[in-house]
Amino acid sequence: MSKPVNIVINGAPYVASSNQTVLEAAQDNDIFIPRLCYLKDIHEEGNCRLCSIKINDQPQLKPACRTIVSEGMRIITDDQDIYDYTSMNLSLLANKHHFECFKCSREDNCEFLDLLRQYDIETEFSNSFELDHETYYHDTSGVMVIDSSKCILCGRCVSACEKLSGLGIISFNERGSKTYVGTAQFHELKDAGCIYCGKCIQACPTGALSEKDDVVNVERALRDPSKTVVVQVAPAVRVALGESFGMPIGTNVEGQMFEALRCLGFDEIFDTNFAADLTIMEEGNEFLKRIQQQGVLPMFTSCSPGWINYLELYHPEYLPNLSSCKSPQQMTGALIKTFYAEKMSLDPKQIVSVSIMPCIAKKGEARRKDMGRDGYQDVDYVLTTREFSRLIKRHRLDLNQLPSSKPFGMLAGYTGAGAIFGATGGVMEAALRTVSEILEEKPTMLDFKAVRGHADVKEASYTIAGQTINVAVVHGGIAIKMFLDYLKDSSKQYHFVEFMGCTGGCINGGGQPIVPAKIRDQCDVRELRAHALYAIDRQSTIRKSHKNPFVIDLYETFLGSPNSPKAHALLHTHYTKRTPYEHI
Amino acid sequence: MFERMQLLICGGTGCLSSHAMKIKEMFIETLKTMHLEDEVGIVMTGCFGLCERGPIIIVYPDETFYANVSMNDVKDICEEHILKGRPVKRLFVRNEKDRQQIAKFTQLDFYAKQKRIALRNCGQINPLDIDEYIAKSGYEALGQILSNNSPEEVIDTMIKSGLRGRGGGGFPTGLKWQFASRERGDQKYVICNADEGDPGAFMDRAILEGDPHSVLEAMAICGYAIGSTQGYIYVRAEYPVAVERLEHAIEQARAYNLLGKHIFNSDFSFDIDIRLGAGAFVCGEETALIRSIEGDRGMPKLKPPFPAVKGLWGKSTNVNNVETLANIPVIFLKGSDWFRSIGTEKSPGTKVFALGGKIKHTGLVEIPMGTTLREVIFDIGGGIPNKRQFKAVQTGGPSGGCITSEHLQTPIEFETLTALGSMMGSGGMIVMDEDNCMVDVARFYLDFTVDESCGKCTPCREGTRQMLDILNRICDGQGTLKDLDTLESLGQMIKKTSLCGLGQTAPNPVLSTLKHFREEYMAHVTNHVCPAGVCANLTNFHIDESCIGCTKCSKNCPVDAISGSPKQLHVIDSELCIRCGACKKACPVGAITSQPRIKELNHEQTS
Repeated sequence: MSKPVNIVINGAPYVASSNQTVLEAAQDNDIFIPRLCYLKDIHEEGNCRLCSIKINDQPQLKPACRTIVSEGMRIITDDQDIYDYTSMNLSLLANKHHFECFKCSREDNCEFLDLLRQYDIETEFSNSFELDHETYYHDTSGVMVIDSSKCILCGRCVSACEKLSGLGIISFNERGSKTYVGTAQFHELKDAGCIYCGKCIQACPTGALSEKDDVVNVERALRDPSKTVVVQVAPAVRVALGESFGMPIGTNVEGQMFEALRCLGFDEIFDTNFAADLTIMEEGNEFLKRIQQQGVLPMFTSCSPGWINYLELYHPEYLPNLSSCKSPQQMTGALIKTFYAEKMSLDPKQIVSVSIMPCIAKKGEARRKDMGRDGYQDVDYVLTTREFSRLIKRHRLDLNQLPSSKPFGMLAGYTGAGAIFGATGGVMEAALRTVSEILEEKPTMLDFKAVRGHADVKEASYTIAGQTINVAVVHGGIAIKMFLDYLKDSSKQYHFVEFMGCTGGCINGGGQPIVPAKIRDQCDVRELRAHALYAIDRQSTIRKSHKNPFVIDLYETFLGSPNSPKAHALLHTHYTKRTPYEHI
Repeated sequence: MFERMQLLICGGTGCLSSHAMKIKEMFIETLKTMHLEDEVGIVMTGCFGLCERGPIIIVYPDETFYANVSMNDVKDICEEHILKGRPVKRLFVRNEKDRQQIAKFTQLDFYAKQKRIALRNCGQINPLDIDEYIAKSGYEALGQILSNNSPEEVIDTMIKSGLRGRGGGGFPTGLKWQFASRERGDQKYVICNADEGDPGAFMDRAILEGDPHSVLEAMAICGYAIGSTQGYIYVRAEYPVAVERLEHAIEQARAYNLLGKHIFNSDFSFDIDIRLGAGAFVCGEETALIRSIEGDRGMPKLKPPFPAVKGLWGKSTNVNNVETLANIPVIFLKGSDWFRSIGTEKSPGTKVFALGGKIKHTGLVEIPMGTTLREVIFDIGGGIPNKRQFKAVQTGGPSGGCITSEHLQTPIEFETLTALGSMMGSGGMIVMDEDNCMVDVARFYLDFTVDESCGKCTPCREGTRQMLDILNRICDGQGTLKDLDTLESLGQMIKKTSLCGLGQTAPNPVLSTLKHFREEYMAHVTNHVCPAGVCANLTNFHIDESCIGCTKCSKNCPVDAISGSPKQLHVIDSELCIRCGACKKACPVGAITSQPRIKELNHEQTS
């Protein structure tokens, strides 16, 4: 129960709520307090000490991020002492920081640089930054990079890993001024059981954590006249990309995005939304088969590579439950190097297949052994939404100024069902739309609202063709663990469960634009971005995957039927058990 | 058979490392060959305190005090003292003041001004025998409380006693218990903080080694008072003897049902387990300690919530230091008024100090609060050896500061020491003489903190490192006047904005020496000289006219850099000199000093 309390900040009276911290109360009243480590609900540990404030003339300064207001509290947020202390602490952090801002992944929205510009930073402290590659630079996974020379040890990533993935892959190593963030026991990241959800990257205020940068590879491919460069874009990218260009969270920039791709010189532009519809055809039919032929149930979705990593590493006993379908990215990739190559009479090795994803785990997925054939991979380079915006900016394009255009590739038409793949519950809803109509053999409902929203685990039961289908939707490492533990002992028969490695699904993927902590405090980013996806669905004329005319055409001209041998060869895969910390 | 004599051999870590165990075995053997094994009892006790003179043996009933006993002395003691009743005088110690040899330990000045409460049983009983503890009224307090007192009464007595935490902070123990007792919850915990980490402090180890049951009993009393059934002792793995004796004590207490279910047939159940720490200094901070027990990296957490509200595994937890706990059973036996009658109004009771550095009697002393620093250093500690002058005393370890001679009359209390820019801390007391360079001393302590910082908050992690860099520069002769300002401003910032006590007190050694010995810093920076002759780059030894030509310096010089005939003025060749300081230590008249190098150049030019 909160009640109003009277406080005095810098001499002026304010009314705050009794459960608020000083930081929150100050923010509500537009009073600036610097902060670098605080990340609401995720990291409230007070590492950085930048928000130190004076309270009631106490000699010791208190962190505003964790000090709860009380009646009559007198707070000073800015005087010469505080300004000096903040400047000094920032100077100390700057002293250990490796400034290479021009090539940093956070060149545009570095929370650290932002503060440095605001304060009086001493440059006299001997710069003790030294790059020790053994511990300071970690780039072996091919998916993400830990560069401790840019780390300010705020600890956000450590908390994010613990609280969002539930795995605690990274933590502090060593101590004192030798402290750095890394995996336990000096293991390589690829061996440390990381599922590459990228929550740590999104939490980082600097560029210490980032995806493995593939922009330069794409630049090179675009300049190579002997290559045909084909690109596909995932559903969730279009509702987040605009943020990198100053647009409000949840702006749909699909048209400008395709125009940007055209300007960048891609030879063919596909839309992963198309493959999302295709996935529903394959996965839906696999599900029908499992129900009709008493296969292993519940069936688990397989489009999220973060989730796949989780299952292979931590719960391989459930591998038989996993759908054999590839993810939409890999389905598109396979079609590009077979169907499209055939149609255009191209050698698949001449084609460079690029995908733009909201995800960093996709980089790992593209490198899986069975995601290609005859010595080539189906997807050559995966760019995250962030890398994509860097690529656009490097070509001096401003998304705000671009006209809207449409993709001109043959694998681009999509339905509303394909669009909502990017949000948690979207795959489930799309599948239900198709499966129910096939089973009932008549038009069925469109909106399965029980599977939408951001509850950790969403459950629903539907009666389809006289049969009760129990479904569940689970997203984020913590919820996955919770659900799988519960599933082990539960007597409830689930039929179909959608899993996503990230909370909120792909819209909140590890490759999406980073929302600074201050904005993250104020809104639910997942909700705003998901809202934009559901708007696309609502406005679509076709909203069921099996009604997608391009998908129907693809089956007629190339694949045959869903789950046909050809479809199996190209669109399905298998998953295997892996062990974290294998190479001890 | 009745034992006519008893030999108490100190079994503290100090004496054990100088072969106390072998001496004990030798006594057993020798007495056997003399067929006296039934007449003479041999007990290995905890620490006697006068560690510098170990191994120590006290012979009862005549209280004869033998110091520096070696294996060669065993035969003498057995044949002369035990058999013939003639104490071995050459093993007696002398009082500093009158140089009189004394036979009985009660005559020792070292013990005269001490008041042993926390250490009451150390050196008196066999810590491995619970019956000896019980014979000293052990577990009586617990028994009385369980049959006569309510938890509220117990807390009330604790509050009235005014006992304050002996781990450094000085928070009233009774209030701490009251906070924990007011919390609701199915499970609460009592933790004994035995993660003693200050360099030079070892009172907690001495208590755990010498009187482990007093800690167990106090924890049980605390458990009863706050409503807890489980205690943990967090002790560092570097204390193997303490751990072993604790384990043994816990087993014995369980066997006597003084731990376990229905203690003294009451409804109260309480058990204790040991958790080993890996020796990180920061784990002495209670929130870091709790995290360490939970299996996490030992990093402090922000308070509030305090452990009393949200501690171990999220449950209400009370954390007390070993010395604090050791006081508690006596308080209940003798009453809070008795306890209040000792010490001062604001700081009742006693405090154990580990005396070290340039002092004659290094060891453990327990004094009533309010005793002056002078009394501790000169009366109990015997003053400074080698005719050197007292320069400063450092209290509070890496969190404390240096106190100069003008403040020696200060009565020791929590508040008075803090007012001097130092603090009580866990009770390290390091005495320094004119041969100590105060910049180097500050650097030593800061080097410790830099190593032991957990790395969590910016000021402590990066700031102390910067301060150390500056001190290193100053000691190397590269310091500037601006460096001194930076040290002060960084120090203030670190004190004001650090997360836990470690960072908040880390600059104290630097700030206090800067305040009291600024001229010494200035000498380093402006004159490029280390007056104490410690910092090698700034040391330039010079023999002045007061030289009596005793040749001791040249004899002690490892590189033959000193020339001169007997009874003549000696000269140091600064080219050859390696600045080890051996000559300065050897000089009986203090003729050797460290002088600015420039002066010497001028001297050469004029001559």
